Amino acid sequence: MRTWLKPVLAAAVLGLSPARAAEQTLRVIAHADLKVLDTTANTTYITNRYGYLVYDNLFGLDSKLVPQPQMVERWTVSDDRLTWTFTLRPGQTFHDGAPVTGADCIASLKRWMARDAMGQILAARVASFESVSASTFKMVLTEPYALVLETFGRWGVPPFMMPEKVASQPMNEQVTSSIGSGPFIMKRDEWRPGSKVVFVRNPAYVPRQEPPDYMAGGKVAKLDRVEWHYITDANTALSALMTGEMDYYELPPLDFVALMKDNPDLVVRVIDKLGVQQFMRPNSLYPPFDNFKARQALLYLASQEEYNQATVGNPDLYMKFCGALFLCGSDNETDAGSVKAPDLAKAKALLAEAGYKGEKIVVLQPTDRAPYNAVTMVAVEKLRAIGVNVDLQPADWSTISIRRARKDPPDKGGWNIVVTGHGGPDAANPISNYWVGSNCEKANIGWACDPVLQDLIAGWAREPDRAKRRALIPALQERAFVSVPYAPTGQFFQPIAYRKTVTGVLEAGMPVYWNIEKK
Amino acid sequence: MLGFLIRRVLMTIPVMLVVAIVVFLLLHLSPGDPAAIIAGDNATTEDIARIRTSLGLDKPLLTQFGLWIFALLQGDFGVSVFNKVSVWVLITQRMEPTIALALVTMSFAVLIAVPIGVLAAWKAGTWVDHVTMGIAVLAFSAPVFLIGYGLVYEFARTLRWLPVQGYTPYAQGFTGFWQHLVLPAITLGLVFAALLARMTRSTMLDVLNEDYIRTARAKGLAPAAVLVRHALKNAAVPIVTTIGLGIALLIGGVVVTESVFAIPGIGRLTIEAVTQRDYPVIQGVILIASCVYVLINLGIDVAYAFLDPRIRY
Repeated sequence: MRTWLKPVLAAAVLGLSPARAAEQTLRVIAHADLKVLDTTANTTYITNRYGYLVYDNLFGLDSKLVPQPQMVERWTVSDDRLTWTFTLRPGQTFHDGAPVTGADCIASLKRWMARDAMGQILAARVASFESVSASTFKMVLTEPYALVLETFGRWGVPPFMMPEKVASQPMNEQVTSSIGSGPFIMKRDEWRPGSKVVFVRNPAYVPRQEPPDYMAGGKVAKLDRVEWHYITDANTALSALMTGEMDYYELPPLDFVALMKDNPDLVVRVIDKLGVQQFMRPNSLYPPFDNFKARQALLYLASQEEYNQATVGNPDLYMKFCGALFLCGSDNETDAGSVKAPDLAKAKALLAEAGYKGEKIVVLQPTDRAPYNAVTMVAVEKLRAIGVNVDLQPADWSTISIRRARKDPPDKGGWNIVVTGHGGPDAANPISNYWVGSNCEKANIGWACDPVLQDLIAGWAREPDRAKRRALIPALQERAFVSVPYAPTGQFFQPIAYRKTVTGVLEAGMPVYWNIEKK
Repeated sequence: MLGFLIRRVLMTIPVMLVVAIVVFLLLHLSPGDPAAIIAGDNATTEDIARIRTSLGLDKPLLTQFGLWIFALLQGDFGVSVFNKVSVWVLITQRMEPTIALALVTMSFAVLIAVPIGVLAAWKAGTWVDHVTMGIAVLAFSAPVFLIGYGLVYEFARTLRWLPVQGYTPYAQGFTGFWQHLVLPAITLGLVFAALLARMTRSTMLDVLNEDYIRTARAKGLAPAAVLVRHALKNAAVPIVTTIGLGIALLIGGVVVTESVFAIPGIGRLTIEAVTQRDYPVIQGVILIASCVYVLINLGIDVAYAFLDPRIRY
């Protein structure tokens, strides 16, 4: 189009220019739509991120993944390590102006512990809770437990503190209130489910004085307003970021990374140093994967680089090999017992030893989850190469989510293999990583079963000394690579992108919106 | 006419009932479960089972259907199983963008397509006819998302004349409202305009060969008067039918267009509800959409009577 014609047409026909955001408003392309407000009923990342904006936590992990006090001012432990007393920081109030009390915390913890897997382990050891004063509460255990603070400071599905009346409502009722004591307040009147969520700064929030460090330290809300926009089309989202209609892209497709890096207005950055681990989950209830040998065969199918190439493509964003079950880069990193190179002949031999004779192996293929789908396709190709009779069953994630929870035999609506993933600090220790849990029928879907491994996990959780706990990891991992509750297929890193006008973005493993400013 | 209207409105009741039964059965017999989605990727089997119970999805299908119909008869569409917001509120929140997009698109398409169709018929066989119909075939064949991406690239990303995405309600100012509708309306309207232009051309060609047109020309009437007053008016019934049928095409296109331009309309609500198995929302949207479709068809039937005095009910 002729140069002179552009402004003429623009002025004459439209006379318009795109609307610009107010200076203190951060417009975010959210990675998902906020559908459920109940942070105890829902384990999705979007609900947890909402929780971190609206609510506050008793403890938060620092960048070394050590729990640090957040709402708590001080705490004491009795000599027998059974009685824990917590005193809250003064001046904390809920968004409706009510003060945060110990009773609120007790009700919130009880609600969360009834549902969360890590919380349930602690709950099994809790004898009682007691509200000592308005700002102090006490927890008495039946036996010493080493991970009390780690449990309270859990990263991905943490216990958020709610008003007692909200937290005390029946467990089968979803929490629909948004009244927390966190650094931001949700504007319910501006919430458009499926499209937009708006948060404004909480003027009454009193942050800690320490500098922010991962999920610990001062949560200083410097923005007046944070808007989450749910844009389903990735091309549209990218265009909106490039033109400045949006400021921050939580989960840009990995295909866009090179394009975004070439744009001088954008910053592309990994804020989750632990990344994402994908893995194959065998169903331990049915042959051949009720046999350790068949599960071990999955470790020899392909190199992690093959899986990551299919998933990510860009070598800068994945690890060529990570032998750690509890993530490379974490305190619990070790390659003890890991399989470093593929060996199809060995995989075939292991399957034969497990008694596999060509029966159908049902593999669930999540067609709408690109990373899982990529790993599934690589694995299926390798399985077929060693003569496995694969019955590939494609479906959307919603269908697979319910299918994989079924304990039926594979030929009657059940399954043999499904690919999934996890990441962050929750994947980095044997208790919060509940895919490694191997307590048979009570284990997470796939129902991994190995009493030896389960004893090692319990022993790890009993050890109060952090250094000694660390020393138990290699043996635990070696055993895990014998019984193979899951077969890791690689670790990769998902960057975020934002405009250069945005500063103060923290490396907290997930996008958090305190400390951020916009020029 | 009044009797006809009453009969047609009453006929919508059994239609709606059949729609309700089919939609309910299709949804509940298809695989997938909102409980699994609510629970999240890392949920345990127990988590999912507990949520199923709290949503009432463990009840017999007949009981669930009865409860839904009973509430519906009292005007209660239910609440979203995810965010617990009333289905009616969700639909009304999304109505304005979709209605605005549909009206602007329809106006754009009719204003462009009818004159082009008339012109092509008038100049049938000439280069004008070939060029306009060639463009129409191209526009009709192009996928909606491709047109959308092309327009965004040129007018939003390169020229920066218009926003890439989003929607501004009319109450917040006409400028923003208009800005956000231009590209989506052109994207969606081009396909419909192409269909309408081709329909107008063929209908007009038939009419232009009628004896009364030859008579009109022989009387010495100006070409414009012949085309508009005599030909177009008599070609109007099939054109109006195409416009009516085009609403269905538009509904399909709205889904894609709202996704490409991130417009928070009914189309996106439907897609999200389907992918998440949000049963009450899907049921509510489909019932209302079916009702609207029946009413549009009724409106078209009524329009026939005004356009053609020979048609009487």
